[in-house]
Amino acid sequence: MNNVLIFVEAENGAAKKSSLEAVVYGAKLAAQTGGQAVAVATADLAAAHAPEVGLYGADRVLHAANVAQPQAAEIAQLVAQAAEQVQAGTVVLAKSIAADLAAAQLGVKLGAAVATNVATLPDLAQGFVIGRAAYTGKALTQVNLAGPRRVLSIKKNAVGLSELPKAGALESFSPSLAANPIQVKEVQKQTGELLLTEADIVVSGGRGLKGPENWGLITKLAKTLHAATGCSKPVSDMDWRPHHEHVGQTGIKVSPNLYVAVGISGAIQHLAGVSSSKTIVVINKDPEAPFFKAADYGVVGDAFEVLPKLTEALEKAM
Amino acid sequence: MKILVCISHVPDTNAKIPFKDGKPDLTGISMVIAPYDDFALARAVELRDATGGKLTVINVGLADTEPTIRKALAIGADDAVRVNAQPTDAFFVASQIATVVRAENYDLILTGRESSDFNGGQVHGMLAELLGLPCVVPCMKLDLNGRTAHMYREIEGGKEVVEVQLPLVAGCQEPIAEWKIPNMRGIMSAKTKPLKVVEPATAEARTTVASYQAPPARGNVKMVEASNVGELVRMLKEEAKVI
Repeated sequence: MNNVLIFVEAENGAAKKSSLEAVVYGAKLAAQTGGQAVAVATADLAAAHAPEVGLYGADRVLHAANVAQPQAAEIAQLVAQAAEQVQAGTVVLAKSIAADLAAAQLGVKLGAAVATNVATLPDLAQGFVIGRAAYTGKALTQVNLAGPRRVLSIKKNAVGLSELPKAGALESFSPSLAANPIQVKEVQKQTGELLLTEADIVVSGGRGLKGPENWGLITKLAKTLHAATGCSKPVSDMDWRPHHEHVGQTGIKVSPNLYVAVGISGAIQHLAGVSSSKTIVVINKDPEAPFFKAADYGVVGDAFEVLPKLTEALEKAM
Repeated sequence: MKILVCISHVPDTNAKIPFKDGKPDLTGISMVIAPYDDFALARAVELRDATGGKLTVINVGLADTEPTIRKALAIGADDAVRVNAQPTDAFFVASQIATVVRAENYDLILTGRESSDFNGGQVHGMLAELLGLPCVVPCMKLDLNGRTAHMYREIEGGKEVVEVQLPLVAGCQEPIAEWKIPNMRGIMSAKTKPLKVVEPATAEARTTVASYQAPPARGNVKMVEASNVGELVRMLKEEAKVI
């Protein structure tokens, strides 16, 4: 049970960056436990892109060509079967909406201890102790997962991306899946846009933008930075922006390298969603905005004046 | 229609949480229904009113959670169950709720998408798996047409429209319903609504929190003049190295 199994989510044929981070995590863990790092992917991963999974540390890649665009229930079934096949002691998934649900279901299927939003590699000297945030970012905790099996969903930037070249040989794998009682009738998804949870840089706007018609300032800055766009809760409550862009305690929690907040005062509920960002820049015309206390860099100024200048300066610099 | 809403008893989300000896010190902090659970409860009240069914809330906790349970009754639940145990981890809590559900056969089981204390987001998924039921999370809209549930499920970058037959488990989030504030009549009637206390079934927690700390504080913020954003760009590039 020293082997580590990593579920690889793929889109447009290639493994998602978050999943490649999960492969790195799995490979580093396997090196600690003296086992193999085995990836499992669906038909969504094109065979031509499989070598990337090896490049980031997978010894083998189980390829379930009979499954595409799985919902959580399918992920749980196929990963559970793969975990039995390779005798995996630890299953690693990159945090996503579907992966977190699959992790909970896998915990029951495999009789495993589960931790979501894992931020560190385990300390094996103390058992199997991982670090993760609790109290919505107000605490860091060390959590021990009792054996013999564990399921982890890891957050972005838990280990980052580094190449650990392995063979990554593709092996065919045919899980048997039960029919899913959840019927997806329609998918409404913005295509071609960088996802908040995948992005290295996030630019968010708040009420200080005064209205949805001014969002061009945010999207232009985001485009220059190759960033995803987010917003504060009031902005999504007022329908200026869709709910899936809402960053905060009751929205998406992000942990990018750079978070830029524009016209957001910094309510504790918003900070809860961004506090694990590496670097935070706050732009607000109110010098008393509480967000400045949680920022690394601050600019006191009107968004309508600062954003065009900042975008221009970045265009020159990048 | 029998509806069950699972609620967590958590510190007020506005509260600062101090840590003492590697543990959170919740002395004097007001406790509330976890925000996502509050959304689930609000929608459940509406569905109960629309279908003329019965709405039960359940909490796994010691006696100190009863004011929070009474608040759920004041908001509109008909009765409540408290499983008399410390909610040690998600698997333990899901196992306790599953035991209660097996005896009662609820049509619809709602939770929040995650609690605001441990943020695990696992109870609904584990509960569904233990009961062999479908699980939809995060559910942003839930309408019933007979035994068919029409739901919006958030996905990264958008949403899906899904349909499922009851019974099911859903982990809810806004904008499924507006939070409800108890009125005086609700508060008065909550005092006499049934709150049954049951002893826990045998189940073992699989995870334990070894220690808690406050997250490391950020260094002092460096302020840049609005007229000098070029300096900000330079610092992001050379100092923070994030662009």
